[in-house]
Amino acid sequence: MRCRESDFEKISDGVSRRDFLKVCTATAVYMGLPASLGPKIAKAATAAKKRPPVIWLSAQECTGCVETLLRTTHPTLEHLILDLISLDYSETLNTGAGHQAEEYRAKSIEENKGKFILVADGSIPVKDGGIYCKIAGKPVLEILKETAPKAAAVISLGSCASWGGVPSAEPNPTGATPVYKILEGTGIPVINIPGCPPNGYNFLSTVLYYVTFAKLPELDDKLRPKFAYGRLIHENCERRAHFDAGRFAEQFGDEGHLKGYCLYKLGCKGPETYNNCSTLGFNDLGTWPVNTGHPCFGCSEEGVGFNVPLHTPAEVKNVTPNAVQTPVSVDHGGGMSTGAVALAAGVAGAVIGAGTVAVKKVGEEEKKQD
Amino acid sequence: MKIKRRDFLKGAAGCGVLAAVGQPAFAEAKKKERLPGALGFLYDSTLCIGCQACMVGCKKANEMPVESSDLLPIWENPRDLSAKTLNIIKKFESGTGTNKDQEIDGFAYIKRQCMHCVDPGCVSACPVSAMRKDPDTGVVTYNKDACIGCRYCQVACPFNIPKFQWDSAFPQIVKCQLCSHLMPKGEIAACCSSCPTGASLYGPTTELLAEAKRRSQMDPGKYYDFPVSSIDSGKTFSQKAASYVPHIYGENEVGGTQVIMLAGVPFSKLGLPELPEKSYAATAENIQHTLYKGMIAPIVLLAGLFYFVNRSQKDKD
Amino acid sequence: MSEAKPVGGKVFTGAFLFFLVITLIGIYFLSKRFIFGIGAVSNMNDGFPWGIWITYDVVVGTAFACGGYSMALLVYVFNNGEYHPLVRPALLASMFGYTLAGVSVFIDIGRYWQIYNVFLPWFTNFNSILLEVALCIALYIAVLWIEFSPALLEARTGTRSKVNKIMIFFIALGILLPTMHQSSLGSVMILAGSKLSQLWWTPLLPLIFLISAITMGYTVVIFESTISAIGFKRPLETDILAKLSLVIPILLVVLLAIRFGDLLVRGQFGLAFRGDLQGNMFLLENILHILPLIILSSATNRKNAKMLFLAACFLMLGGLLFRFNTYLIGFDPGEGWHYFPAIGEQFITYAIISAEILLYMIFVRKLPVLPEHGQAKA
Repeated sequence: MRCRESDFEKISDGVSRRDFLKVCTATAVYMGLPASLGPKIAKAATAAKKRPPVIWLSAQECTGCVETLLRTTHPTLEHLILDLISLDYSETLNTGAGHQAEEYRAKSIEENKGKFILVADGSIPVKDGGIYCKIAGKPVLEILKETAPKAAAVISLGSCASWGGVPSAEPNPTGATPVYKILEGTGIPVINIPGCPPNGYNFLSTVLYYVTFAKLPELDDKLRPKFAYGRLIHENCERRAHFDAGRFAEQFGDEGHLKGYCLYKLGCKGPETYNNCSTLGFNDLGTWPVNTGHPCFGCSEEGVGFNVPLHTPAEVKNVTPNAVQTPVSVDHGGGMSTGAVALAAGVAGAVIGAGTVAVKKVGEEEKKQD
Repeated sequence: MKIKRRDFLKGAAGCGVLAAVGQPAFAEAKKKERLPGALGFLYDSTLCIGCQACMVGCKKANEMPVESSDLLPIWENPRDLSAKTLNIIKKFESGTGTNKDQEIDGFAYIKRQCMHCVDPGCVSACPVSAMRKDPDTGVVTYNKDACIGCRYCQVACPFNIPKFQWDSAFPQIVKCQLCSHLMPKGEIAACCSSCPTGASLYGPTTELLAEAKRRSQMDPGKYYDFPVSSIDSGKTFSQKAASYVPHIYGENEVGGTQVIMLAGVPFSKLGLPELPEKSYAATAENIQHTLYKGMIAPIVLLAGLFYFVNRSQKDKD
Repeated sequence: MSEAKPVGGKVFTGAFLFFLVITLIGIYFLSKRFIFGIGAVSNMNDGFPWGIWITYDVVVGTAFACGGYSMALLVYVFNNGEYHPLVRPALLASMFGYTLAGVSVFIDIGRYWQIYNVFLPWFTNFNSILLEVALCIALYIAVLWIEFSPALLEARTGTRSKVNKIMIFFIALGILLPTMHQSSLGSVMILAGSKLSQLWWTPLLPLIFLISAITMGYTVVIFESTISAIGFKRPLETDILAKLSLVIPILLVVLLAIRFGDLLVRGQFGLAFRGDLQGNMFLLENILHILPLIILSSATNRKNAKMLFLAACFLMLGGLLFRFNTYLIGFDPGEGWHYFPAIGEQFITYAIISAEILLYMIFVRKLPVLPEHGQAKA
């Protein structure tokens, strides 16, 4: 079933069918789906009588996650929120404010019970009853607990919502907790899209996957979609050849750094961070920290970003051989240590000495007995 | 000496029995032949590009731990085969080291792992049959439940392949078993399936030997098709034939091996030992079987000894 | 026929304490070995999988413990009752030597908790030389304890037990088993093949090992008798030892003839004079065999306790070196592999030797082992 040009009449202001199909095909490709699924996604996104409603809750966050989404261009944010999804509530993007916005949120939740997608960015403070983050006078902890059971699925956007992020760093004064932990045991499906910020396309792809297939994409043990977080940054890094060959930038601005060598020794966390930055890039330019000359910070990886100092060498996962082979014959050690030789020589000396004494003694004894 | 002449002669006769038992006879036992279903692979050093994908594949397939000689394990860089590394690519270099597969001012790669001998020393050595040669595939396997950790297999292996976990309180012997755990799934050895150039080529040894002979007839510099992964994969790769040394390593070494090798530089340069055509296992077993065939000689000897001891006691009484 | 009597006297002497301390140090390293693995105390590696534990504790240890075997051969097969007084102390030394070799095997093998697999018929590999060695040694240890049991019994009852048919069977077995495994200890290294220097690798290894072991047996009897005489302030047994020692040069001539003949036939004699470690060790090994041959060829020397003892010392060193050469020094697994026993590894071996000496001291003082004073001089 192909979509017709008329489908797009519903979409206001300037998206051609061709453009829209491009978006959906690109989305399919990001998720590792065949490009031929593009039209199907387009159809799903448009065929729905109503665009999928999205409620966006912000807790302890910096708005970076929204900012990254603002910078996506295919589709642009306005197309996303106005045409593809129905963003019914977002503190950052709402036109309305105050009681008006809160009322609309409550209304939308009731109307779309069990159908809307709840997006949460920011960690949830739980210490002291969650008083450290309140919206309209209500702790966000309570709002989340009220809202989540009515949602079809919850997307934790960004590291804060996914595993705690910055607010959870030691000493974690607010008791910042990831969303999935708050909802543990409730059976509500949670998808984590960590990153500081996460790639907007990872979010978009997840939403469109859900819209198209009415199910969640395949997740890993940390509830992250595998299409985005299945591989280490290191595995697809453009500087990987330098790593294998042992060519490293030793400090910022040195010769190796200027030549684009591997940033491992500057503390790059690519070898322990699961994300697709090295293949997808940001801001529609394919840019990301490593190609600007800065080591990966491990922002999306729990226990790495905001936890391990920036310039501490990473723990390499999936260790592979470097580009240098071992020579045909190598020295294996196990040789003589001074102590061992001295001990053996001492014992040998003692045995020979004792033997000599014994021979003498035998001679003496013999004379005596004769 | 108070030994009576008669007693001395009797004793000497006893000694004769001992000597007969102790005297190794060199009856030539039948040479062990290659099994018809023998599996192995052909390693062609001239096709190897040193990418070490086989090492990665091997580690994954056998779930072996990382082995790194660095303080921070950022690379897998085992220095040799070990209890953590079943397969390794090594490099021979001489002079400027610029020309591939040349002995002078050149370099060449060599892959080391179990050769899966036709008559394996380790299998002959093992007192508890922990080392076994599969009766169908000829793959030499290890069974930790039988092993007592005596390490005689290590002494007996001319290629130093079995490795021991020296740093474990409950150690095992570790060796390449040609990924025999993958065979039921219809998969081939991981080193061969991960090899991008066909330098490690899996297949029945007889076919591999034919392939090796085909290669040694090739005109150096001309393009030929080389199979990739396994000899029957159907995938080929067109490549200039290198100049091979006229030696198929493993064709005859210690009675033959199921893994065979081709190279552009002499194998002694690649760290492979020069070995006779007769396996040491055959030599040792010949001696042992001659001495202990059916335990006849020991039983005869025991009867003789019983007679002598009994007589000596009677004489005393 | 002389009666054996306990030597008596204080057990805790200075020498006893010295060996006790070494044994305790060894036990420390031993616990380390069992907690952290063999690599924690030993320099053994994948190139040299057998170190001094196998070479000394088992191969040399059992050769030194061939006294009982060699004496039984002489007394029972060659029917020389006059040497009977030497049998029991030799048997005791053999019993300890073999028992401790058995214990050493436990220390050396990696998967010692599965050692019983050797006795399970579905695991046995009849092609394995080591299986034969293992079974023979295990059985022989049992036989030695049975053979020695009359001494233990006499210590309790005070009466001398009579040798019966069952005992005769065990005595016969006690001669057969060492014949089998001492030769097989040589066959073991045939499998090392190209890794063993041609100076030692020969299909005749089992024969050479057997003759060497028998020679060592007589040598050790002379050595132990003399040491016991000095150590426990007992009369020297020179007369009987002088007669016994005639066997040694005969055996040595045979041994050296086979050894050199084999090297000449295989055309490998040149290796001895290359001036490398293996060549020099080969020369030293043979000097230590030829010297006692020269000394003991003279009847005057054989009657001289000092020369007798000196020859025994040389020959013991020679036998020791022959075994070290075959198992370690002549063994070369290839470029890059080295081995020298680590401190902990050495101490475990020293502790085993010390334990053996300690046990010998206790047994000789408490049990009827050594022949009674005076009668030994018969």
